[in-house]
Amino acid sequence: MANGRVAAVSLPADRPVAHGFLSRALLWARANLFSSWLNSVLTLVLAYFLAKGLISFVSWAFIDAIWSLPTQDTRPCRDARAESACWALIGERNRFILFGTYPFEEQWRAALAVGVFLALYGLSTVRAFWNFRLVVIWTVGLAAIGVLMWGGVFGLAYVEQEKWGGLPLTLILATFGIAFAFPLSILVALGRRSAMPAVRMICVTYVELIRGVPLISVLFMASVMFPLFLPEGITIDKLLRAQVAIILFAAAYLAEVVRGGLQAIPKGQYEAADALGLGYWRKTGLIILPQALRICIPPLVNTFIGLFKDTSLVTIIGLYDLLGAAKASIVEPRWVGFGVEAYMFISLIYFIFCFAMSKYSQGLEVEFSRHTKR
Amino acid sequence: MPASLAPAHNTGNPIAVEMRGLNKWYGEFHVLRDINLTVRKGERLVICGPSGSGKSTMIRCINRLEEHQTGTLMVDGIELTNDVRNIDAIRREVGMVFQQFNLFPHLTVLENLTLAPIWVRKVPKKEAEEAAMYYLERVKIPEQAAKYPGQLSGGQQQRVAIARSLCMKPKIMLFDEPTSALDPEMIKEVLDVMVELAREGMTMLCVTHEMGFAREVADAIIFMDRGEIVESAPPSTFFANPRTDRLKLFLSQILRGH
Repeated sequence: MANGRVAAVSLPADRPVAHGFLSRALLWARANLFSSWLNSVLTLVLAYFLAKGLISFVSWAFIDAIWSLPTQDTRPCRDARAESACWALIGERNRFILFGTYPFEEQWRAALAVGVFLALYGLSTVRAFWNFRLVVIWTVGLAAIGVLMWGGVFGLAYVEQEKWGGLPLTLILATFGIAFAFPLSILVALGRRSAMPAVRMICVTYVELIRGVPLISVLFMASVMFPLFLPEGITIDKLLRAQVAIILFAAAYLAEVVRGGLQAIPKGQYEAADALGLGYWRKTGLIILPQALRICIPPLVNTFIGLFKDTSLVTIIGLYDLLGAAKASIVEPRWVGFGVEAYMFISLIYFIFCFAMSKYSQGLEVEFSRHTKR
Repeated sequence: MPASLAPAHNTGNPIAVEMRGLNKWYGEFHVLRDINLTVRKGERLVICGPSGSGKSTMIRCINRLEEHQTGTLMVDGIELTNDVRNIDAIRREVGMVFQQFNLFPHLTVLENLTLAPIWVRKVPKKEAEEAAMYYLERVKIPEQAAKYPGQLSGGQQQRVAIARSLCMKPKIMLFDEPTSALDPEMIKEVLDVMVELAREGMTMLCVTHEMGFAREVADAIIFMDRGEIVESAPPSTFFANPRTDRLKLFLSQILRGH
């Protein structure tokens, strides 16, 4: 109760009690924004620039924006280039940005595949499904996505992988990337702490080798060099090669994050598990990893978000993911020069996914830390 | 002193732990020197000595949290070697209580208790939970079953830790300074549980400086210093007639104020 007393004493008795939102806001502003004349000047100057920037952005993006064009002619947009956003581009080209070169008539399938992905993400956040059911859900979901994207069965026309693009491609690369890189990274992190020198050395070499090179060069190797080493007649398609490159790259980074979490677990936890006769895998799976992974949720999600956006690098090897499709959508002479609108559109999509991941991870952290504070 | 707790010199009982010429080094540091020790089933042994004397290391060798380098160590008739199967077999039969409790903070009290029985002993979940509740009642905190370790006091956590070990139905219990990390007012509740356990005939090896506990339950007290067993005697002679100067000095330090 000593705390309560101290807190009570430290409250100034003569402090005016603010009622109502406005008076509280005024008190806050006086304390934080206008506490001295220098602060007041800084506040006013910054407020001026903020307001100016915001006003010009709002008028460019919304008030003066051109939402549609009466004809195929893009000249009205070009004439008002400086003061108006040309959302007519998105209106016309959104299907291409979202689905790339996927056949126009079949794009409902790609849209449905995105829908299945979103449903899978949503269901994965329900804790009641955190058991074998999630495995079943994902198996069925991914199979459905495969059927939708490839087709060739149930009367769906076959669509070859070279034509896939846009958001479904980004989600495929990111989802499979995380789904495979994460477990792999756990094994590598455990391997780095293994008592067996050979295992340790392999894992260290892998992590250091991959971390030492940029993702672009790994992608290039996967797309250009790797096929040279394959025996003649055998081809592995480009998407799969890029996917494997992303998995291997992300796993190296994730492994270090997981290792950080492992190192935070006190020795006593290992000893207690040993003393109870739990073997290595049970000790690791039931005692060590659940605690270690909780500790490293923030850096894990950090890396997941990074990986989600890094998938856009596949445009460099000629895959039309969301960014690649956006780029390609403004290649047409009519639309050359309207990159800002296209990039803002896909930025919004990237932001929604990354922000959702971030928010979800914050929720997880709160939930996990509720009871387990030491 | 309860008369029921007759000092059982269980000379006829089978051997639970036997150390012959045990040696261990940490690098250059000779932490265990030629340890010879026999503990029979049902015997209660208290091990004391100054810090760094090797007493914790010695009992941690029994379930292979520490590895000895020379000598032989038999536990429940099984020799401890590098054979993982033997180590696992011994760990199933030997319970251990740590100074820092080492409960699993991400699991509830009940889950802490049922984890090993379910995964190691393959006990059905329901049965394991019933057993867990039985032992929680024995340590007098059944009402805490659904809480997480972080929500309990130190004394409660240590009692949960004892119950967790008991759930594996061990033949031997090791206590590594079980009350050293506790606030003074919580020591008694843990010692009470240990005394009761001793009364029921559990084979116990306790590293502790609780001399009242030693007097009450120990069949023998062992004094260690600099990696050696210096003296071993039943409580009556241990306190009344220490033979060596080292033990006299230690007792004068530890009993001061008692």
